[in-house]
Amino acid sequence: MTTRISAQDVNFYYDKVHALKGISVDINANEITALIGPSGCGKSTFLRCLNRMNDVIPKTRLEGKILLDGDDIYQPEIDVVALRKKVGMVFQQPNPFPKSIFENVAFGPRRLGENDRAKLEGIVEKSLKAAALWDEVKDQLGKSGLAISGGQQQRLCIARVLAVEPEVVLMDEPCSALDPIATLKIEELMQDLKKNYTIVIVTHNMQQAARVSDRTGFFLLGELVEFGLTDDIFSRPRDRRTEDYITGRFG
Amino acid sequence: MARESFARQLRGLQDEVIVLGSMVEKAIARSVEALQKRDFELADLVVKNDEKINQKRFQIEEECVMLITKQQPMASDLRVILSVLSVITDLERMGDYASGIAEITLILQHDPPLEPPAEFPRMAEIGIQMLSDSLKAFVARDAEAAYRIGVRDDEIDALYHKVMQQCLAYITEDPRTAATATRLIWVGHNLERIGDRVTNICERVIFTVTGKMEEIWGTHPSAEASR
Repeated sequence: MTTRISAQDVNFYYDKVHALKGISVDINANEITALIGPSGCGKSTFLRCLNRMNDVIPKTRLEGKILLDGDDIYQPEIDVVALRKKVGMVFQQPNPFPKSIFENVAFGPRRLGENDRAKLEGIVEKSLKAAALWDEVKDQLGKSGLAISGGQQQRLCIARVLAVEPEVVLMDEPCSALDPIATLKIEELMQDLKKNYTIVIVTHNMQQAARVSDRTGFFLLGELVEFGLTDDIFSRPRDRRTEDYITGRFG
Repeated sequence: MARESFARQLRGLQDEVIVLGSMVEKAIARSVEALQKRDFELADLVVKNDEKINQKRFQIEEECVMLITKQQPMASDLRVILSVLSVITDLERMGDYASGIAEITLILQHDPPLEPPAEFPRMAEIGIQMLSDSLKAFVARDAEAAYRIGVRDDEIDALYHKVMQQCLAYITEDPRTAATATRLIWVGHNLERIGDRVTNICERVIFTVTGKMEEIWGTHPSAEASR
């Protein structure tokens, strides 16, 4: 079991609001880690710390360390663009660019300097296949990324992330805008993807966390209350607060 | 507390288990009373009432399935429902044992009378007390009590051993009693099995509380101390 990401006593502030309190956790490579908790508990904030997405928000501050493969991603010399290539992100609402399906997937590799058409075609096909979308769109790669269904758009966004060959894929409620069938496709896809990637998912759907993840962390009021094997968290959590949350008694 | 209606349904489910438990306790008590007093009407009633026990069990099972389907329970809530499913199976089987004793009583009315072993009422009494205590422990989520109740099965086993000896003595003294004495051994066997089933219930209480599935004959201090 290799540790891909290690958070060490992470504190995070939105100006004066102390949003994450002393988070320490190791995220294993080639596993799916689910982060659960009520709204405002800090789970999405923590997810966004993992590829420095919070940097763009003014007056935010992080203390502690987040190591990716042993390197502190908050060191000043770190190239944030390169970091986000390694640690890709899929958002709640599918957000394809207003470009063709092909160009959506080719966008990242192009930005990184790849202009060889044959190579780009190879990357697009490989990425769409990995995102389980190839068979549905292979004959319409010129079609707008916005003209396909919501579930397909989300898989297109996943393909776009995979095109730059990340190590880690962060998913922030990736299925909340999708219907149950599209949701199941994404969940199945995640199981395939974890063979090659490390996945961290924030979800409000506890059944989903229980179904897809290997490990689960429960956040409450900015603290990581409990982290452990998903089998344990959902059957016999150690902390009363976790129990109350997953059995719906929280509040 | 959120999910108040679900919490209410869970409590309702447990109430139903208690009702089923009382039906079984009554059946056990009546079956042994009918045997001791050669009260064939009472024995007949026990046999007939077993159908009600079976129906009650299926009704509770259906409620469990509906709760799982509609509420998607997790953690301790799920364990309660899974335990109920297991406990009602044990209760239904205990009902069968009582019904079996009553059926033997009805058969015995055609046999030459043979004094039933004096241990039967005591075995039934311990079994009923254990059953009642185990269901109380379930409702109270008292794993410690469950360990203590489970080990009392030893008492029933010891009484069963005496029953065996007495019935074998009947047969040795007068081989013509063999058929009746064998039936009495079956009564003892049924009462002994009731103790085993209560032990199963106690194990479910422990599972409900701790999430761990374990045999009651572990190394737990409460079990050891009581032995």
